[in-house]
Amino acid sequence: MSDATEANGTTGEAEVAEGTEGAVGRHVRVVLVDDHRMFRTGVQAEIGQTARTGVEVVGEAPDVDQAVSVITRTRPEVVLLDVHLPGGGGVEVLRRSAALMADPEQPVRFLALSVSDAAEDVIGVIRGGARGYVTKTITGSDLIDSIFRVQEGDAVFSPRLAGFVLDAFASTDAPPVDEDLDRLTQREREVLRLIARGYAYKEIGKQLFISVKTVESHVSAVLRKLQLSNRHELTRWATARRLV
Amino acid sequence: MPDAAALPLEDPRPPRKLYRSGDGRWLGGVARGLAGHLGLPVVWVRLAFVGLFMANGLGALLYAAFWFFVPLGVGGVGDHKPASLVGTETSPEGRRRLVARKPDKGQMVALLLMVIVSMVFLGSVNLTNTAKAYLVPVVLVAAGVALVWRQADNARRARWVEVGGRRRTLTLLRAAVGVLLVTAGVSAIFVMQVSAAHLGAVLEAALAVLVGITLLAGPYLVRVTQDLSEERLMRIRAQERAEVAAHVHDSVLHTLTLIQRNADNAGEVRRLARAQERDLRTWLYKPEGTGKDEADEPDTVAEAVRRNAAEVEDKHGVPIEVVVVGDCPLDDRTTAQMQAAREAMVNAAKYGGEGGAVQVYAEVEGRRVFVSVRDRGPGFDLDSIPADRMGVRESIIGRMERNGGTARLRPVPDGGTEVELEMERAEKTA
Repeated sequence: MSDATEANGTTGEAEVAEGTEGAVGRHVRVVLVDDHRMFRTGVQAEIGQTARTGVEVVGEAPDVDQAVSVITRTRPEVVLLDVHLPGGGGVEVLRRSAALMADPEQPVRFLALSVSDAAEDVIGVIRGGARGYVTKTITGSDLIDSIFRVQEGDAVFSPRLAGFVLDAFASTDAPPVDEDLDRLTQREREVLRLIARGYAYKEIGKQLFISVKTVESHVSAVLRKLQLSNRHELTRWATARRLV
Repeated sequence: MPDAAALPLEDPRPPRKLYRSGDGRWLGGVARGLAGHLGLPVVWVRLAFVGLFMANGLGALLYAAFWFFVPLGVGGVGDHKPASLVGTETSPEGRRRLVARKPDKGQMVALLLMVIVSMVFLGSVNLTNTAKAYLVPVVLVAAGVALVWRQADNARRARWVEVGGRRRTLTLLRAAVGVLLVTAGVSAIFVMQVSAAHLGAVLEAALAVLVGITLLAGPYLVRVTQDLSEERLMRIRAQERAEVAAHVHDSVLHTLTLIQRNADNAGEVRRLARAQERDLRTWLYKPEGTGKDEADEPDTVAEAVRRNAAEVEDKHGVPIEVVVVGDCPLDDRTTAQMQAAREAMVNAAKYGGEGGAVQVYAEVEGRRVFVSVRDRGPGFDLDSIPADRMGVRESIIGRMERNGGTARLRPVPDGGTEVELEMERAEKTA
């Protein structure tokens, strides 16, 4: 990529300028919650160079109690939240931070960051109010991107999460309790499928001939349905698979 | 954890400990066990017992003593056990276990023989009348005691064989009969000592004593049983833990060692780490009993996709991210689709692996099975490939079409190739 930009002068410079402007213009305060110190250090090293990335790590916490107190004290914009934590897990942090999330002035937003493969963990934190879920194999730049997206209020889905959600909604043959709330629209389903197939939002936009903003709004709609809907089916589905 | 790890998964049998033989025994397995212990042919030992039996019944006494006090074990002498009597099988864990036995003809014959021999013996021996009178009650008591004591054996065997509930009633019945026999024998002795007139009173007294003992010992016995089952549960848990520990210990340490050795070979390290990660995930997140044996063939679409991806990933060292939605059993058509998908994964890993992870997405929706394989490589144009290169045309597109499905190859807008495979499931597996 860098070779290509150097080789072809003007457009390359334009791209770089655009990129740096974006990074300088944006600033986000982040708290890291993870019980593995090594992992926190690694993430800090990757995203914490504020001048370059625009991400400022203002606090860290290894368990639920400390996480809640650090978040309350520092009031970050985004919390990177591990799903497995001593003291009740990520879900507990979300439960105890409900008031902060609902704050209209400066809401705290959560992005789940997990190694877990289990759908119950992932769907659990999403329903608890997290704005997205990414796996720990994510690259530094993708993570930074996700953080900013969450800060702006959008949802961030990894392919795997999209798969879980599709699975959850697909295997519900019984008529839903609330049609509007529970069903994914055809378009939302298409978007999710493309995410599951590893497409970036931009690529999805090109594929479906819609703007990136529209893609984001579809994803947000899915997230809202997942969080708000008091779905019998989801529970039933999860129970049938021994997930909840 | 060290305790658990130290627990042997299989109780090793001390080589020179006396056991009664569970295999190919005629009566109590004493002779066979002894023979095994002493390293003599069984026939000799049996003959010796018979011979001793003639010496005022000493053999019988000895045999009975052995039967009561020597624990039942597995194995005995040699492997020339009569197959009709008992069978052993080797369980999957490599442990030997007894198989449920048919009513034992050999044992019956042996018992019958014993009875006949005893009759002859009794007839030949001169006993005083009083002694003769006591003989029957004593035999009764002995039979009762034997019946109850043999229970211990059966309980043990039941644990190995895991018999159903029907055996339970049989066990209770046996215990009852045993108790009855003992009671009758003891009563008879008493009656003979006093007189027949007091029979009713003696029986009542015996019954009272029996009930009293049951009342006294009952709660204690119940508690002992509960403690025992609790202990067993703990042992099973410890064993499970030990198994997981052993697995994790072995494979993780092994991988870590390999990683240290190959520290300068980034590709190899990545491959090792991914293989280990996959292995561990299978262990941690798969439900009990699935995915833990690597040998068996996959029989559902999801399993097949994951397996193929794992194999291609290992072979080509390119990470493959798999997302599967829904699942269904494999049939002829979907099997062909899985082979085509595997081919697509291999292609993606070979030619498109530089651009990052290969994404595999499989979805089962109703009758339709869809698989997409995408890479972020340079991409390629099917039309520009010479007609004699049959890889993609035959093994992917051709295979899909022969089985009634469709395959599409298309470039992805921002670089890379996507292969889409679509197939209707066969009718019969509705």
